[in-house]
Amino acid sequence: MYNILKKETIAPQVDAMIVEAPYIARHHQAGNFVVLRIDEKGERIPLTIADSDSEKGTITLLFQKIGKTTEELGTLKTGKAIRDIAGPLGHATPIMDYGYCVLVGGGIGSATLYPILKALKGKSNNVTVILGARNKELLIWGDRFKELADEVLLTTDDGSSGRKGLVTEALKEVMDKSKVEIVIAVGPIRMMQAVAELTKPYNVKTLVSLNPVMVEGTGMCGACRVNVGGKTRFACVEGPEFDAHEVDFKELANRLGFYREEEQASMEIFKKKKCKGRCKKSNKGT
Amino acid sequence: MRARDPKKRSKDFKEVALGLTEKQAVKEAKRCLQCKKPKCVEGCPVEINIPAFIGKIRDTDSPGALNVIRQYNMLPAICGRVCPQENQCQGRCILGKKKTPIAIGALERFAADYDAKNSSPEKPVQIKPNGHKVAVVGSGPAGLTVAADLAKLGYEITIFEALHEAGGVLVYGIPEFRLPKKIIQREIEYVKSLGVKIQLNWVVGRTQTVEELFEEGYKAVFIGVGAGSPKYMSIPGENLNNVYFASEFLTRVNLMKAEQFPKYDTPVKKAKRVAVIGGGNVAMDSARTALRLGAEKVYIVYRRTEAEMPARLEELEHAKEEGIDFRYLSNPKEIIGDERGYVKAMRCDKMVLCEPDASGRRKPECSGEEFILEVDQVIMAIGQTSNPILVRSIKGLNLWGAGYIEVDENGASNIPGIFAGGDISTGAATVISAMGAGKRAARAIHDYIRSSYPA
Ligand SMILES: Cc1cc2nc3c(=O)[nH]c(=O)nc-3n(C[C@H](O)[C@H](O)[C@H](O)COP(=O)(O)OP(=O)(O)OC[C@H]3O[C@@H](n4cnc5c(N)ncnc54)[C@H](O)[C@@H]3O)c2cc1C
Ligand SMILES: Cc1cc2nc3c(=O)[nH]c(=O)nc-3n(C[C@H](O)[C@H](O)[C@H](O)COP(=O)(O)OP(=O)(O)OC[C@H]3O[C@@H](n4cnc5c(N)ncnc54)[C@H](O)[C@@H]3O)c2cc1C
Ligand code: SF4
Ligand code: SF4
Ligand code: FES
Repeated sequence: MYNILKKETIAPQVDAMIVEAPYIARHHQAGNFVVLRIDEKGERIPLTIADSDSEKGTITLLFQKIGKTTEELGTLKTGKAIRDIAGPLGHATPIMDYGYCVLVGGGIGSATLYPILKALKGKSNNVTVILGARNKELLIWGDRFKELADEVLLTTDDGSSGRKGLVTEALKEVMDKSKVEIVIAVGPIRMMQAVAELTKPYNVKTLVSLNPVMVEGTGMCGACRVNVGGKTRFACVEGPEFDAHEVDFKELANRLGFYREEEQASMEIFKKKKCKGRCKKSNKGT
Repeated sequence: MRARDPKKRSKDFKEVALGLTEKQAVKEAKRCLQCKKPKCVEGCPVEINIPAFIGKIRDTDSPGALNVIRQYNMLPAICGRVCPQENQCQGRCILGKKKTPIAIGALERFAADYDAKNSSPEKPVQIKPNGHKVAVVGSGPAGLTVAADLAKLGYEITIFEALHEAGGVLVYGIPEFRLPKKIIQREIEYVKSLGVKIQLNWVVGRTQTVEELFEEGYKAVFIGVGAGSPKYMSIPGENLNNVYFASEFLTRVNLMKAEQFPKYDTPVKKAKRVAVIGGGNVAMDSARTALRLGAEKVYIVYRRTEAEMPARLEELEHAKEEGIDFRYLSNPKEIIGDERGYVKAMRCDKMVLCEPDASGRRKPECSGEEFILEVDQVIMAIGQTSNPILVRSIKGLNLWGAGYIEVDENGASNIPGIFAGGDISTGAATVISAMGAGKRAARAIHDYIRSSYPA
């Protein structure tokens, strides 16, 4: 069992959780994730290690409640425990003295970018972070990024914080102004694809962190396979980061939608259980 | 052996083979000639004294039979069910020359099941600790065997397992209808009763390195991580929705219990018409699992003929009885998708077998003809290979082939203190060969520690 030392809601539908996992904390490198299973009947889901403290033996997970498992995870309070957590998994982000780096994050992608920023700033890099969200409330960990990054640009769809518009517009301006050595983008598939298309003509090395469906996360099932440069690659061991210009995003999006029916069914049952029949009436109405 | 009615059994996940009754077992045991130089023993990778245990069954002393088997084989209930007996013990039985060989596997299973039914769980054995710690990585048959043998010698053993459940392929690969989980559970409880600790969710190489295990005072490390990484064919359409690797399909159902979705959270796609590619046990298991999930039509597409199929004979027969449609001499070349990116058909080459080559195997070659199977799911069961996570994390470890650990006949690698066995050193093989490797490695580890750390 892995104890939850602290759990809080940090944005609408987004929770942060500090969990005791000393060995994982000790070996965590930027880019790594864990696979967790809440209880005996649970699904194994991957979550990025958003932060870790090897002295305290803890890791931080940030998750967006979008389905049954993440919703259920959100119901666990400080003091409860998670049955299984395995990690750290996946390749570490290649951290070097690049020079000027730009990190682009959409929504929950911040969870993946934060340790990368920390590691890049551990070397002599100059880093601009561009964070995007639908509105101000959904911008995650903006303050933390501001503490470490040389520059943080915020964009929102509605202009409620930073500039109004998409992350790609901000990225384009940055690239037009200065020579960028590497772009690392994490977020919704459509955003990552847009970043890849944008940086390609600029010839800027671009990494994206892919989020296919995973089962065990240790290279034994092939569920997480993605098509990179026409080759099948297992994201859990060879990724999750890949060269953005080689990724088949269409296939990835298609595969991610494969279990939609089951996911919805699972969520319906969970919601019903959660309100123990009390919301039956209102359900019938809709 | 008795088996359940194919019509009924193909709709549920309960065990197919029923095992022998005591009367049947005694009768079968009486047929054994008790050979002075028993050929059967030569065929068993762990050299069980087969005539001795059969003699005990004949004398209605099943506990005695089990005692004989246990001296050689820690997992008799499992091996009795899954060993490819027709190529091993039974394949060599002298009676097989003229008529039916002794059903050695069934008798072994009988002795183990009899014990499970009639005696209380094994009492913890009193073991005198010798003060040395040994780490075992992987809880498949190889790891469990090393752990049990060394624990009996007084070693303090911890098994580190990457998944949330112990048992290796026995739990995540081989389906319930062939090997009920409660049998594996019982064997694992036995290993634990010897004082062995099992640390789950521990991906050695990531959660902790082998180097760190030595630093923590482990005197030796045994690596039994299996060959778990699925192979694929690299044909067009392989990543369409509803193309599964057998490993994923079986893991979802066996380990994650997806057939009980939504009671369990992990789903698996049920399909109407399924093509399984391959001819081994993994292919049989996938096909029969698909059938049990409700498929109306299940094909097995294999590029050679029935004679070359590597699956256990019993599984092949059971699969046929259950109505699986075998398409031999067929080699998939493309999986065709619909506009939504889902499987709708598979295009295959018709093959012919050529004259045997130098290795004596007849190679399939394209005949020039092709055909199309209309299916909405494809499961690829064409083999597994080494998983790189652990082996690549150990500096200087000698590997062979596609990343298998090179070991001597006792399981010692080129690095002192690191031993390996099972599928990770041989390539995908069998439960009993993994156990045999575990047994030899346990002896070698014992010798190594005694000579390196004299009392
Ligand atoms: C390497 C990796 C790291 C990840 N890190 C994080 C993280 O730090 N924080 C976080 O909130 N999420 C992260 N994810 C995504 C997370 O695993 C999924 O959100 C989660 O599995 C959804 O489970 P669920 O049962 O709650 O929802 P489901 O019911 O499974 O899904 C609900 C919806 O989410 C979509 N979905 C399903 N799986 C994924 C997925 N893997 N990625 C994106 N969308 C998905 C489905 O298409 C569906 O529309 C990561 C994924 C990967 C592969
Ligand atoms: C579907 C299927 C059906 C089969 N049917 C038969 C049959 O009928 N008869 C037969 O004899 N054989 C059969 N086999 C083959 C047989 O199961 C294997 O040969 C045998 O299990 C190998 O044992 P092992 O101990 O080497 O490894 P495995 O059983 O593969 O166990 C290895 C364990 O190590 C764990 N592991 C991997 N990496 C790490 C790591 N880094 N850290 C910690 N743990 C790790 C894995 O999670 C796994 O639990 C079948 C195989 C499959 C897949
Ligand atoms: S362990 Fe396997 S090969 Fe040996 S006697 Fe038993 S069934 Fe036969
Ligand atoms: S070879 Fe056959 S008949 Fe002879 S001892 Fe073995 S099982 Fe009995
Ligand atoms: S999740 Fe199973 S291979 Fe990657």
